[in-house]
Amino acid sequence: MKVTVKYFGLVAEAAAKQEEVMEFDGTFTASELKAQCLNGLAIADKDSVQIAVNQNLDDSITLKDGDEVALLPPFAGG
Amino acid sequence: MSRYDRQIQLTEVGPDGQEKLCNAKILLVGVGGLGCPAAMYLAGAGVGVIGLMDHDKVDMSNLHRQVLFQESDVGQSKAAVAKQRLEKQNSEVQFEVYEEPLTIENAETIIQQYDVVLDGTDNFETKYLINDACILTNKPWVFASIYKNEGQLSVFNYKDGPTYRCVFPKSTRENISCEATGVLGVLPGILGTLQAAEVLKIILGVGEVLSGKLKLINMIQASEQTININKRSEEVEKIRKNGIAPVYIDCDLKHKDQWYLDVREVFEQPKPKGKKVLNIPLGDLASRYKEIPNNQDVFVFCQSGKRSKNAIEILKNEFGFHNLKNVEGGIETIIDG
Repeated sequence: MKVTVKYFGLVAEAAAKQEEVMEFDGTFTASELKAQCLNGLAIADKDSVQIAVNQNLDDSITLKDGDEVALLPPFAGG
Repeated sequence: MSRYDRQIQLTEVGPDGQEKLCNAKILLVGVGGLGCPAAMYLAGAGVGVIGLMDHDKVDMSNLHRQVLFQESDVGQSKAAVAKQRLEKQNSEVQFEVYEEPLTIENAETIIQQYDVVLDGTDNFETKYLINDACILTNKPWVFASIYKNEGQLSVFNYKDGPTYRCVFPKSTRENISCEATGVLGVLPGILGTLQAAEVLKIILGVGEVLSGKLKLINMIQASEQTININKRSEEVEKIRKNGIAPVYIDCDLKHKDQWYLDVREVFEQPKPKGKKVLNIPLGDLASRYKEIPNNQDVFVFCQSGKRSKNAIEILKNEFGFHNLKNVEGGIETIIDG
């Protein structure tokens, strides 16, 4: 199955991309996919990164083909 | 002709709406990149009372985005200068100046006096503080934050809707300000203006308020996305039951045997632990310089490396210190872990 992952803020910066299509077999929850996407990236506080699936904030959802996942770190600047 | 004629013409405003605006009280926490444009549009719209809260002083590096300030204001109090400038724009508005940070002690008392809070802050501690104080006083607040070319916007605690803790339940140490990352002035200009628009809709009671939604704006990519957020009632109930949950962010510095001098204000975070870390704010150096060792290396730091550079100049030229080294990139570069 194919899932589009969108990166924001310092996650996009650490991943050096805004977006990618990931292809995998088996079942994945949104938080399992997040762990895989962030694995190896230089992000000190991975717990603070939130997950949205199809524009809804939720990390417990089991992903299905065609889903769009967004990885959202908090921003502090003003 | 009324100065508000052009907005009263709109069915969304009308004479009744203008009356609502004139009776409204808005607190701006932070008069910087977000707060400046927001303040100008809210003053222009004829909001009754605008609270201007900022403990900071105008710096030359603020001028590219903090559009209320001019070169001659450098070194002056942001809140006080903003009031002077905004009074010239609209003398009918009453401005209250708070030249102090929002703290656990003053947050509820001050916020209680206003209808809506506009978040123009640049750190997580104050965002959680605004959030908790707004839950306890039952006030909506308009949030915005920036990271480089991206912005986040939402309205929290509006009519019992989701709060900041419903999106980000856990606070983080990655407290990265515009000073640290860089920002084009237009981005806080856009976000601050959108915040003012949300405030106006809340007061007027018209349109769709951005509650239960997090808007993401990427200025460079010219893209936008809106994420739906649900209330996490347990997060809100915890605050209602236990009061403000302070965000204490501590950290260790890389070299435990090394002397460090932290010239930030005492409330700035993260707070390094250790017996060899002195915290003497820049303004207190003249009265407390004797506490600083002068016979071994001392690394001096602040949030970005700018204030610490000034501190070293002062300590060298006025008090004869020759053992001080500046931490160029600020505290984030010397944290262990």
